[in-house]
Amino acid sequence: MSDLQIKKSSTVYDAVIVGSGAGGGMAGYVLAHAGLKVLMLEAGPFFDPQKNSSQLKFPWESPRRGASTYTRNFGDFDAAFGGWQLEGEPYTTKNGTDFQWFRSRMLGGRTNHWGRISLRMGPHDFKPTDGLTEAWPITYDDVKPFYDKIDRMIGVFGTVEGLENEPDGIFLPPPAPRLNEIYIKKGAIKAGVTTISGRGSVLTEALPDNKDRGACFFCGQCGRSCKIYGDFSSSSCLVIPALKTGNLTLITNAMVREVLTDNEGLATGVSYINKDDMQEYQVKGKIVILGASAGESARLLLNSKSTKHPGGLANSSGVVGKYLHDSTGSGAGGWLPQLMDRKRYNEDGVGSVHIYSPWWLGKKKLDFPRGYHIEYGGGLHMPGYGFMDGIEGMNGRVPGRDGKMKDAGGFGAGLKDDYRRFYGVGFGMAGRGTAIAREDNYCEIDPEVVDKYGIPVLRFHYKWASEEIQQAKHMQDTFQEIMHNMGAIANPPEGPETNYGLQAPGVIIHEVGTVRMGDDPKKSALNKYCQAHDCNNLFVVDAAPFVQQGDKNATWTILALSMRTSEYILAQRKKLNV
Amino acid sequence: MNRRESLKTLGIGAVATGLLVEVGCKPGTQKATDDKSTATGKEGPADPSRLPNEVARDKKLAAEKFFNDQEIATITVLVDIIIPKDEKSGSASDAKVPEFIEFIVNDMPEHQTPLRGGLRWLDLQCLNRYNATFKEATSAQQIEMVTMIAYPKKAKPEMAQGVAFFSRLRDLTATGFFTSEMGVKDIGYVGNSPTKWIGVPADVLKAHGFDTVWG
Repeated sequence: MSDLQIKKSSTVYDAVIVGSGAGGGMAGYVLAHAGLKVLMLEAGPFFDPQKNSSQLKFPWESPRRGASTYTRNFGDFDAAFGGWQLEGEPYTTKNGTDFQWFRSRMLGGRTNHWGRISLRMGPHDFKPTDGLTEAWPITYDDVKPFYDKIDRMIGVFGTVEGLENEPDGIFLPPPAPRLNEIYIKKGAIKAGVTTISGRGSVLTEALPDNKDRGACFFCGQCGRSCKIYGDFSSSSCLVIPALKTGNLTLITNAMVREVLTDNEGLATGVSYINKDDMQEYQVKGKIVILGASAGESARLLLNSKSTKHPGGLANSSGVVGKYLHDSTGSGAGGWLPQLMDRKRYNEDGVGSVHIYSPWWLGKKKLDFPRGYHIEYGGGLHMPGYGFMDGIEGMNGRVPGRDGKMKDAGGFGAGLKDDYRRFYGVGFGMAGRGTAIAREDNYCEIDPEVVDKYGIPVLRFHYKWASEEIQQAKHMQDTFQEIMHNMGAIANPPEGPETNYGLQAPGVIIHEVGTVRMGDDPKKSALNKYCQAHDCNNLFVVDAAPFVQQGDKNATWTILALSMRTSEYILAQRKKLNV
Repeated sequence: MNRRESLKTLGIGAVATGLLVEVGCKPGTQKATDDKSTATGKEGPADPSRLPNEVARDKKLAAEKFFNDQEIATITVLVDIIIPKDEKSGSASDAKVPEFIEFIVNDMPEHQTPLRGGLRWLDLQCLNRYNATFKEATSAQQIEMVTMIAYPKKAKPEMAQGVAFFSRLRDLTATGFFTSEMGVKDIGYVGNSPTKWIGVPADVLKAHGFDTVWG
């Protein structure tokens, strides 16, 4: 056991990719299909939704009836292997600030359980004019061709709306709203809030020319991952197809320690720990591509110090880790007395949103820059842990079958009947908004703490500012107005004591910005093709290169930028530049 | 693949043949859960959606007993008062709600003290009033006692601890019952089966005054 040594492979791959989520998966897919010999390293186990999903299980098939656990933060049937805390892999925070970091350790990463909400960033998201948020070095028109290709290749449902900053895609038919959602839509529109079909990467119809993926059969369980590949996961849609080319080699349970560089400062490969045998390995590549997630990619760069890169790789600007930002999030809910005693039918729908409200106030001057979108849901869902908790808050609010008011709470046959009467009346809504990328919201290497592999861990420093809090207040006010218009009984609004329900940074799991792109090497780590200014055979393809997130969920943009970077790599190889 | 082919794939998915080609992983790597795993200790293949540490933890939790016989007997009486048998379905204990509560307090230890302490609070109330524990009290006395703690807005202030206990137990009973096979059937959940969602049925739309599936 004492002979710990570093096992060095002599094979030189055309590219070594760290991570198998949306960014790494897309790079692997494009490069392997182009004939490059690619090595992909994933820190978790192999995961194939066809085999490993818990899709179509009933609640009684979980002893905790689908409740969440330490290892399944989003419920016992959720696909994610990982969570807010990983055993032996801590992260820390600084100066009493808070940041929550969700890590999936599995093939496909967090794309196995995500909400499939697939929004393009708009022209104003890339070139904002609010005076508070920074512009990207690229425009919507630079990215549009890649969004288009991804729409065709992966599939996304939605409706063509012609809205200025919500670019339309190439859409599959959208799922119609559930009954609760029709009420929401009416209430929102009455409040002046634009409400349209959701946009989600679920195959509501078969994808033309794709024989590997099935059309959605509407179980509403995308969060468990899909056995027939009816939704987008990087595992099912990118990595597994890339493996079939024979050009992609995948090593799972490989936790990458650092990027290796030569005397010139160029990347030569990476070193990793194989979690199965706990041995140290080094692998070589002509190009190194990081798609480990915004947090992990920054961590890798900061941990890759050398004489050429004393502050960490690709970090002569000092920006690596800085400008970390997650979407804002605040929610509300209530119930609709009009839906009591409703007729039963299969209302599972899709496991993404059926309707949503894109930001409807354009460039209106408010006390926060730009805006947020609202995601909605409600219907006759599968019962699970917590089913109709707090019925005493409902059954005293409306008359019983005999027309008389009842005392809240109760027991016995009358209570049993109430559960039946109130089933399916609830709904929820959640705002997701633009948070400002700030230099002083960052992650860095904790000088004292290592994980169980001996890799120094991240320490976060993140504080919301008044803009994000004011935005959450605006969300709460809007929610109340919508719920009033719906004729709903609303849960009490969040007030100043909770920052208007504003979730802690990281909770929305849209963290981006830690290895930002830009034209000026003094102020950015990457050029506009996500290529390191300081190291031209190093690329970052996850959400780390984002300059400034819009209110849009990050995945569709990660995919588009990763495809763009991958095609750039192919073009540069032809020119013998990399 | 169209929907019909999808469903065909799903139907035969369990035997791991079919349209979706199995992709092997490299030597020296580990799949989520190996089919040959014996981590469950039961006959048959392990559940491939579970990680080995989850399987081991659930097995351990299922073997743990938090409540003593007296407590579980009292819980059984209480959950059947909360959800009794009626013409549509059985009682909470018919749906094995006490067994669910025994599991969940081991899984979620935050329930342990409120439930144990609540049961003792209840027994003391009954001993003082009826000279019998809750379980030993007559049915009429049990209902009288429960009535004092089942209505939060009407309950006397000195009953507040009992109200908190009963509200918690009511929630756990509802979860345990309506997530059982019997309860899912009772509540009328008809999903979790392949379909083609085309929107809210016409008669429902009409009843709510909506013209089309888009509202």
